[in-house]
Amino acid sequence: MSATQVQNTDEKPVFYLKEEHHPENSTMLGFWLYLMSDCLIFAVLFATHGVLGRNYAAGPSPADLFDLNLVAINTAMLLLSSITYGFAMLQMERNAKMETLVWLGITGVFGAAFLGLELYEFYHLILEGAGPTRSAFLSSFFTLVGTHGLHVTFGMIWLITLMVQVRRYGLNPENRRRLMCLSMFWHFLDVIWIGVFSFVYLLGVLG
Amino acid sequence: MSAHPTHESAHDTHHAHSHGAGAGHGSFKGYMTGFVLSIILTAIPFWLVMGEVLDSKLFTAVLVMGLAVVQIVVHMVYFLHMNTRSEGGWTLMALIFTLIIVGIAIAGSLWVMHHLNTNMMPMTHEMMKNMP
Repeated sequence: MSATQVQNTDEKPVFYLKEEHHPENSTMLGFWLYLMSDCLIFAVLFATHGVLGRNYAAGPSPADLFDLNLVAINTAMLLLSSITYGFAMLQMERNAKMETLVWLGITGVFGAAFLGLELYEFYHLILEGAGPTRSAFLSSFFTLVGTHGLHVTFGMIWLITLMVQVRRYGLNPENRRRLMCLSMFWHFLDVIWIGVFSFVYLLGVLG
Repeated sequence: MSAHPTHESAHDTHHAHSHGAGAGHGSFKGYMTGFVLSIILTAIPFWLVMGEVLDSKLFTAVLVMGLAVVQIVVHMVYFLHMNTRSEGGWTLMALIFTLIIVGIAIAGSLWVMHHLNTNMMPMTHEMMKNMP
């Protein structure tokens, strides 16, 4: 940041900044770094599940518990919400406020469906006596999948907040920046879910 | 100073096209390509496991994890718009660093804990009874 001083006639110093500040870019890089740190949280939870995932304590195994049809529907919900968020971003670039809101709304519906199915699954596991206290496998399972679900929950709160903001103030630069951050967050959660359904559910059922 | 405004406007137009860090602008085609690839890469592992297609469990497991890695790359490229240019390469550097740490954490944990398991002294029923 070099500043050039120019003498005016009234002897008042005037400063020109030769390089302008890049607030948007640094926000995006900073948010990316946050996502990477979040990635480390999930890495540790995946490692825990990798170590404890076979310790059933004479309790039920993944093959007894998991309904892969339900997991497949859940995966579809999250993938669909990812693509509809992408469409919302495309509408945002076209400056179409209403269309952006509609696609964000559809994304929210798919996200809610995902959360609903996950809560339904958790509820049934706990009803069957396969709660987080049953075995080391179930403790690590509930921690990993629960942490992901919690992220999606906060993503939903963020999504609804932004929908209200866009409705009120339109697609101004601030809201665009926020929508881009949420876009990264949302797609990142889908990336984590790929690891969850492959490593936890499919490999678990495979035994 | 007369060149300054043109420099500014040139910078602005450049700026509008470079929102790096995974927030780069996708296209409809890009999103659809990523979506179709994701569906295929999700359907295959579910089919492999639910249909019990292959006899070897190990081979199925390796395939499932391999397809997961491919799908993660697809998501990174088509949905998160990762490339080597965004933010002057800093996002990619952060990603590579994170992947190294993730690799060490997961592979290291599995390795150490597996060895702890296998090197544990085998315990008989009588020894178990005499445990404090």
